[in-house]
Amino acid sequence: MRVDAVSENAMLLEFGDVISEALVPVIMAVQRRIEAELSDVVIDLIPSYTTMLCVYDYNKVDTQWMADALQKLTRQVNVETERRLSGSRVDIPVWYDPEVGYDLETLADAKGLSVQAIADIHCAKEYLVFTIGFNPGFAFLGKVDDAIAMPRLSSPRAAVARGSVGIADTQTAVYPMQSPGGWNIIGRSPQRMFDRSRGDRCASLLRVGDRVRFRAIDRQEFDRLGGSHE
Amino acid sequence: MSELVIRRPGWQSTIQDEGRRGYYREGLSEGGAMDVHAFYWANKLLDNDLSSACIEVLMGQFEAEFSAAGVISVTGADLSFRINGVECETWCTHRVEAGDAIAFERPRSGLRAYLGVVGGWQTPVCFGSRSVVMREQLGGLDGGALKKQDVLPYAYDRESVLRQVNPHYVPDYSQALTLKVVPGYQYREFSKADRQLFAQTEYEVSDQVDRMGYKLRGPPISAARRHLISEGIAYGAIQVPQDGQPIVLLKDRQTIGGYPKIGCVASLDAARLSQCVPGSKVAFEFASVARVQSERKQFDRFFKTPLWHAGKKA
Repeated sequence: MRVDAVSENAMLLEFGDVISEALVPVIMAVQRRIEAELSDVVIDLIPSYTTMLCVYDYNKVDTQWMADALQKLTRQVNVETERRLSGSRVDIPVWYDPEVGYDLETLADAKGLSVQAIADIHCAKEYLVFTIGFNPGFAFLGKVDDAIAMPRLSSPRAAVARGSVGIADTQTAVYPMQSPGGWNIIGRSPQRMFDRSRGDRCASLLRVGDRVRFRAIDRQEFDRLGGSHE
Repeated sequence: MSELVIRRPGWQSTIQDEGRRGYYREGLSEGGAMDVHAFYWANKLLDNDLSSACIEVLMGQFEAEFSAAGVISVTGADLSFRINGVECETWCTHRVEAGDAIAFERPRSGLRAYLGVVGGWQTPVCFGSRSVVMREQLGGLDGGALKKQDVLPYAYDRESVLRQVNPHYVPDYSQALTLKVVPGYQYREFSKADRQLFAQTEYEVSDQVDRMGYKLRGPPISAARRHLISEGIAYGAIQVPQDGQPIVLLKDRQTIGGYPKIGCVASLDAARLSQCVPGSKVAFEFASVARVQSERKQFDRFFKTPLWHAGKKA
């Protein structure tokens, strides 16, 4: 692992060069240890696919101390034990329908599949949360089956509705709030991905390391669960 | 309850404090006052906790009325500031009474002015901060910029001595700016020639500037790889997208991104950049973490020392 100072108050920890499911539990374990042992000097953390940005208080410790502490702590993480470490399992209901899945038919045509087949393939796998970003609670999930993988739209939409379920290359995600976006939208979930009323520390439904399964629902269930048609 | 009623919100006026700490992992932006120097002064003049919420007024044209007495401070952009039509000094505190109307004109230089009040503006706290991040629809009164008729509560519960910042400490925002850059992230992936070009060129601030970042214009530079695996973005990171024009990422930046970064601008220089209008000239110089950190530590010490100590030193 490498530790590099990138600014006066941030260190970048690099765990590898390629995206791999195996790195996620390692990064999770390091995050937990930092939270447990260095919380008085570490202000914030951004775990991502192969890295973790660590923002610290330079008024308490110097750069060398911080780099050494992170190196030492990372060496102590037992990778074999951590492989068994996993996050929560979360089920997310999705209504796969062209009414809310703006790109569902285009994707089906491009892939020579039926709309039903797209939904079936999307629901068939368990996905891992690699990172959270772009917007509060926006979880990047992987990996999508190549049969339904699709590059981003060439020009992003100005507004993608909250709950929209999208595909970008082999990643999939649920938009936690209305925002601009270039992902291929195949359906919509009534599930609130980011909700302040759950409390500050649990506003985001998903965290890095969680495992997600999508479950197809019909229009009635979508409405019953509070889904929005707007 | 003491209140400020907004009569004219201006271009974009937002409630800002020091921003959010500890929520990056949930995908929340940092947010917070863009110019920490002017923001800290606004609070220090009032003996406020340095992280108290102020109103960040972008490009003036802001008017409001007080429902009760209070003591306020105005710092930041060089502009005409009036109380009941009478021109008043900025970078100092003023007593206001019930019914007093305040007005900010368009700045002569700088972009952002800070309006502080004794005790700070008491708008709701959201994820540990009162700061508004408009893109996330979070913070402030409703997640957006202030609107006409918005009402901001404050608690005028102690006297405050009227004070003025020593002119020695008031920056001239129209002066050319050199930003110190800590080489980092993908620094080594930019060719030696491109790094030299970057450090020797005078860039111009483009008109694509907002709370997320400042895009600059100059000769294009590029890294060996065009797109990377997304990683956490530090304050001041200089992202270089495909067009080769650097973007300095500021308070409302997204938490992760996949464009190559040549380094990070020192936090105090990034704050100063946020006062630059489109067309301003800026240059970069590489600096060590140690140098940048010691300047910031000195800054923090200065502001965290009680005012009368700083006064003696000046």
